[in-house]
Amino acid sequence: MTKKRTLPTGAHFMSGDIACAEGAIAAGCRFFAGYPITPATEIAEHLSERMPEFGGIYIQMEDEIASIAAVLGASYAGLKAMTATSGPGFSLMQENIGLAVMTETPCVIVDIMRGGPSTGQPTLPGQQDVMQAKWGSHGDYGIIALAPSSVQEMFNLTIEAFNLSETYRVPTLLMGDEIVAHMWEKVVIPSASEIRIVNRKKPHVSPSEYAPFMPEDDLVPPMACFGEGYRFHATGLTHDERGYPRTQNSEVQTRLVKRLCEKINKNADKIIRVEEVMLEDADVVVVAYGIVARAALSAVRKAREAGIKAGLLRLITLWPFPEKHVAKIAGQAKAIVVPEMNCGQIVREVERAAKETPVTFLSKLGEDPHTPQEILDVIRRCS
Amino acid sequence: MVQEVAHPFAKYLRSAMMPHIWCPGCGNGIVLNCFIHALDELQKDLDKLVVVSGIGCIGRTAGYTNADSFHTTHGRAIAFATGVKLANPELEVVVISGDGDLFAIGGNHFIHAARRNIGIKVICANNFNYGMTGGQQGPTTPLEASTTTTPYGNIEHPFNLVHLAAASGATYVARWTTLHVRRLTQSIKRMLQKEGFCFIEVVSPCPEIFGRRNKMRTGLEMMEWFRRASVVENFSDPSKAEISPEKIVVGEFVNTEKVSYERLLHEKIAQINEKAMGW
Repeated sequence: MTKKRTLPTGAHFMSGDIACAEGAIAAGCRFFAGYPITPATEIAEHLSERMPEFGGIYIQMEDEIASIAAVLGASYAGLKAMTATSGPGFSLMQENIGLAVMTETPCVIVDIMRGGPSTGQPTLPGQQDVMQAKWGSHGDYGIIALAPSSVQEMFNLTIEAFNLSETYRVPTLLMGDEIVAHMWEKVVIPSASEIRIVNRKKPHVSPSEYAPFMPEDDLVPPMACFGEGYRFHATGLTHDERGYPRTQNSEVQTRLVKRLCEKINKNADKIIRVEEVMLEDADVVVVAYGIVARAALSAVRKAREAGIKAGLLRLITLWPFPEKHVAKIAGQAKAIVVPEMNCGQIVREVERAAKETPVTFLSKLGEDPHTPQEILDVIRRCS
Repeated sequence: MVQEVAHPFAKYLRSAMMPHIWCPGCGNGIVLNCFIHALDELQKDLDKLVVVSGIGCIGRTAGYTNADSFHTTHGRAIAFATGVKLANPELEVVVISGDGDLFAIGGNHFIHAARRNIGIKVICANNFNYGMTGGQQGPTTPLEASTTTTPYGNIEHPFNLVHLAAASGATYVARWTTLHVRRLTQSIKRMLQKEGFCFIEVVSPCPEIFGRRNKMRTGLEMMEWFRRASVVENFSDPSKAEISPEKIVVGEFVNTEKVSYERLLHEKIAQINEKAMGW
């Protein structure tokens, strides 16, 4: 796959990290800045080799704070840009993820989740960063986070992450885990013409009329880039539609922050993707994401074989949270089961959306994700 | 009848952002003025200029300049600018920020951008303290100086910024004070014509916040200090370029040629691209 300027169209056996890197290239990403960290390093390694073949840029920065800052700079200079990290680096990036939200910078941040807190378990999987994905930076904002559960999805959802990020001018997070990142599986890479690519919308007014943060009907402002003659200003301070700081004005603050939330919330139906398996008549529904959803699917099938009406709601989009989908299954199922590799994070959102329907949480930490048997045992108890 | 005449430099400023936030006696306006003079004398294309700032009083410069501009988080101007310069090397990328922003919270980015020799041009207004937050001790506060967080006198040794820049690999290093407006303007012009990472420190008065706690209550008194103490020592050893009540060593310390990171990068990309034959 090296020294080639085109996509490796066809079937391959590859790791999730490499699939993610190839997905980035397929999506049109031409700038990667990162810092080595297990279990995301292979994304950087692969892109250091592949980016130049496409005329793209790879740079290893001095830390994760610099990496995300450089990604923002490259995006404003007109390139699709990405960084990849794991928990400790994701924590370091949070302030500038907020800057990306505030300045509406399209970019993709890959977080390959490992065991935390702190240095935790660098080589083992986790799902402990999913609340940080939503709430990690200070202040209120909307954000998009996707959870791949296969190597194929590491490829597909990386492209999707870029498309969403360009559409809504919002940092988009790919929340993988150590297993989907390091696992090797079959991946089918389509030809370039079969891949849907979305690019940020550009201004259709003259530089003198251009207001860089004036939204259109979809609540997203068209984006000029540096060097295009628009001479605009962007700041992390509360700003008006011209991009000028308005730090003492509550009306401007309200208008801006509400729009940053609403451009995601009001477009949630267009953003959210889930996979629904055997939900039509399900009495017990497992809600799962990432690698855990693979075991959940197996458990649901085994339950069906045993005559239990079980189903799976797999969350592909974590944020904005698919609460309508959860509310819908809660209306028909007797019980919901949420297995997660943390001490209870997405389960809180499920409980909130499920209202009266009982939710059973199944926590697992450490080396192995849930086995199908462990999830099946809970399905049996709930049925 | 009075006819309104636009200031010849009005085109360089975003007039809608005025009035500026700076205190009477502040040196930031002089730094901006010298920068604009340099742009004007070089007839720089404002459409290809990007001004990046961090947080602090001088951080507002990005917004005041009528070019593409970005006001980053605290300390991250250089890292952001690195992404801009690499993504589009045609752009002139200038970072204008303060001593706390560039050398405390952002110190790591400074030394690494200088080491890599990224072609961004950095101007630091050194006012010896954190002005915007009310005058706390910072990485350039002189020993024994009084600030709001060193009420008994500062016991931290300050950075020598020009020595740090030279040691980190900058291809152009100079220090002036806001009294040296012509030399500073010339220096900015020289820097804007160079390849690679360049750094100018501008010793700048902060009478309202720093000076009044240190026996220099007015901008004039601070400028008097600069006049009395400044000694031009071009190409002297930057490690000996002191800033003390008695002596402020100013001048150009480094002016060398070294291939920039972005040139090496894009040359390499072109070579690899040529070899990439297609699938």
